[in-house]
Amino acid sequence: MDRFSAVSTPIVVEQPRPPQGDPDLLLDVRDLRTYFHVMDGVVKAVDGIDFSIKRGKTLGIVGESGCGKSVTSLSIMRLLDMPPAENPTGEIWFAGRDLLSLSDHEMRKVRGSEIAMIFQEPMTSLNPVFTVGDQISEAVMQHLDVSGREARDKAIESLRVVGINNPERRVKQYPHELSGGMRQRVMIAMALSCDPKLLIADEPTTALDVTIQAQILELMRKVQDDFDMTLMLITHDLGVVAETVDDVVVMYGGRVVEQGPVDDVLLRPKHPYTEGLLASIPSNGRRGERLNVIKGTVPNPFNMPTGCNFTPRCPFRFEPCPKHDPRVDDPGGPPVACWLWKPAPGTSGPAPRVREGASTASGTQTASGEA
Amino acid sequence: MSLDQPSGTQPRRGLTQKSPEDAPVRESGGARGPAPDGGPSYPAAGLPTDGQSDGGAAGAVGQRSQPAERRDIDGGKPLISVEELATYYPIYGGFLRRKIGDVKAVDNVSFEVFPGEVFGLVGESGCGKSTLGRTLLRLQPATAGRATIDGEDIFTKRGKDLKRLRRRVQIIFQDPVGSLNPRMPVNDIIGEGLLAQSDRENGWGRRKVRDERVADYLDAVGLRRDYARRYPHEFSGGQRQRIGIARALALDPDFIVCDEPVSALDVSIQSQILNLLMDIRAQFNLTYLFIAHNLSVVQYISDRVGVMYLGKLVELAPVDTLYADPRHPYTVALLSAVPEPDPRRRKKRIVLKGDLPSPAAPPSGCRFHTRCWLREELGNPEKCTTDDPEFRIIASGHRVACHYAEEISEERVTKAAATVTLQADLDEDV
Repeated sequence: MDRFSAVSTPIVVEQPRPPQGDPDLLLDVRDLRTYFHVMDGVVKAVDGIDFSIKRGKTLGIVGESGCGKSVTSLSIMRLLDMPPAENPTGEIWFAGRDLLSLSDHEMRKVRGSEIAMIFQEPMTSLNPVFTVGDQISEAVMQHLDVSGREARDKAIESLRVVGINNPERRVKQYPHELSGGMRQRVMIAMALSCDPKLLIADEPTTALDVTIQAQILELMRKVQDDFDMTLMLITHDLGVVAETVDDVVVMYGGRVVEQGPVDDVLLRPKHPYTEGLLASIPSNGRRGERLNVIKGTVPNPFNMPTGCNFTPRCPFRFEPCPKHDPRVDDPGGPPVACWLWKPAPGTSGPAPRVREGASTASGTQTASGEA
Repeated sequence: MSLDQPSGTQPRRGLTQKSPEDAPVRESGGARGPAPDGGPSYPAAGLPTDGQSDGGAAGAVGQRSQPAERRDIDGGKPLISVEELATYYPIYGGFLRRKIGDVKAVDNVSFEVFPGEVFGLVGESGCGKSTLGRTLLRLQPATAGRATIDGEDIFTKRGKDLKRLRRRVQIIFQDPVGSLNPRMPVNDIIGEGLLAQSDRENGWGRRKVRDERVADYLDAVGLRRDYARRYPHEFSGGQRQRIGIARALALDPDFIVCDEPVSALDVSIQSQILNLLMDIRAQFNLTYLFIAHNLSVVQYISDRVGVMYLGKLVELAPVDTLYADPRHPYTVALLSAVPEPDPRRRKKRIVLKGDLPSPAAPPSGCRFHTRCWLREELGNPEKCTTDDPEFRIIASGHRVACHYAEEISEERVTKAAATVTLQADLDEDV
């Protein structure tokens, strides 16, 4: 039996977008799909997502492990291992070009010089047998027409920019001689060395302690201002999101469930998943109170639920949820992929919100679905 | 039955035997919970109720069984008492690999944990908080100092006494993958401890008895009884952590060291595990030493919190006091660095400069002086670099190791937050 045949009916929406992308948008991702073919079947790691980033702004992509946020960034950079990954489909407009239609050679020029990326674990992204100076210079020489000496000067300069004392000495050091926070600074220095337009930071502070995280977040804010850079921040930490980004995209099971300005999404979450996620964070004033939890676990990637894939865990599910897949850009409602907020196919308007087993309603649900 | 009784004479309690009569009763100032005249006792424990099976133990949204109530700090006899504890790791090197120094992972730490409370221990990686927990369980030999459980010395126990101690103190590890043997089915993982502790009285040497008990505890942590035959790789991260909890619980301990039990989990799973830990604490009369680096989690779960920096406790206070009125400049900076998921509460951070100094060669005087913002504000007083501050009491139940704890004020904090240092390393050459 083909267990992947149960396909929900996506609602096709014609978006009147200019083909070259809005000039205000540095990155415009449309209907991106990245599938992996593995022995047990197909994993739809990214399953039709749309989002965009305005020039000079910071976009946060949040979600739990396995929601597809890292695969999204790797798809944009075209750094996926193929196979098992399939060629991503859809469009990724970056500064007037569709990255998915570029040749490998053209893409190599974009990577590093126009879009740079920093990863979660700096130790695994730095080569242990080369000095940090060599590694930064390598990136510089790859993209800029400079001599070895100039590249080294550039490396020293960029280490200075990220707040490393005595960079002339540091360039001669190996990654293992540096602390975790320092390594992450080296990664940022490397990313900045070619003056990229877009910086993708994939969980840049997850492996760091909170005081070092504060240093790195402060640093990223500063370099973004100084270099007039656009930033795409991927994280699972809603606290980091609240403090650093302008707009936020919430992902669940390979899809975008909600997006909007950060204040809207975090203060007035619309999607039951976002709401549940916020309510499950232990924070000030929750002492003694039971934490609200999202029941169950993330669905099996080989066997995603039909319709909205949050349905099995959703306390507000009703008839259309398992049948039709909502999308953030459905007409008739706010940018949230939920039938509570927009008319489902065959219905006249958004449904009233009724929690399953209504007695379990909790006081932490601040957002309401009066609509 | 009072707690002064040596543990050896205490009858071991089974899962279903726990009842209010069995619960330890303290002279005064008990755990949180309703305190009927004199000594507070725990509500009746029982097997998990409906809605707590099949991974949903924490899934049911309900009220915590006991209302949160601050315990009296100085009341009652401590369950665990730690005095001037030190744990050093030797460094070997040089000619003939001789010992050339020590990493002072835990250095002169004293505190008490009272029965029924959750004692939170926070600090950054490398501050010695895990070493401290492991030392208390005799998983790591102590270099100096004393620790007692119910008045009995932990570090001098040997043979049968040590074995009995092992049963009273258990640990839940951070990494739910690394802490479960991939070649063992769950009933062997949980049953291993039971087998080691089996005797004629409890009958755990018999497979049938053991398996029954394993299933009971799987039930208690919200897993299905028949999961006992499965292997760790068949479970998700949250479920694995539940197995780790069941393993600790099965031996019926009094004291559990939770070493970063939720750090490896996603937010939605983390809250399930936190709820479970609070449920079983009430159900099995447990006392926790809760080690974590996540300050929000510690605030949520703890009654009292100790903050560690480079092997030393720098501040210790009831949780509300610590979070509302921190008195050590490190605690202030640590708390200001926590990103809040609420955009309305965006705050000014105090960004500490530099990295944690090496615990092998800690700074002189106050260990925090190299990164201290308060010292800078006060014009770098000499005292900080020369005198190791005493861990002094500044208010009831509030201890802090800073010469200038009284100098911390709103204005100074605001001022320090405004001067952002983006420098990575400290001025002196490393």
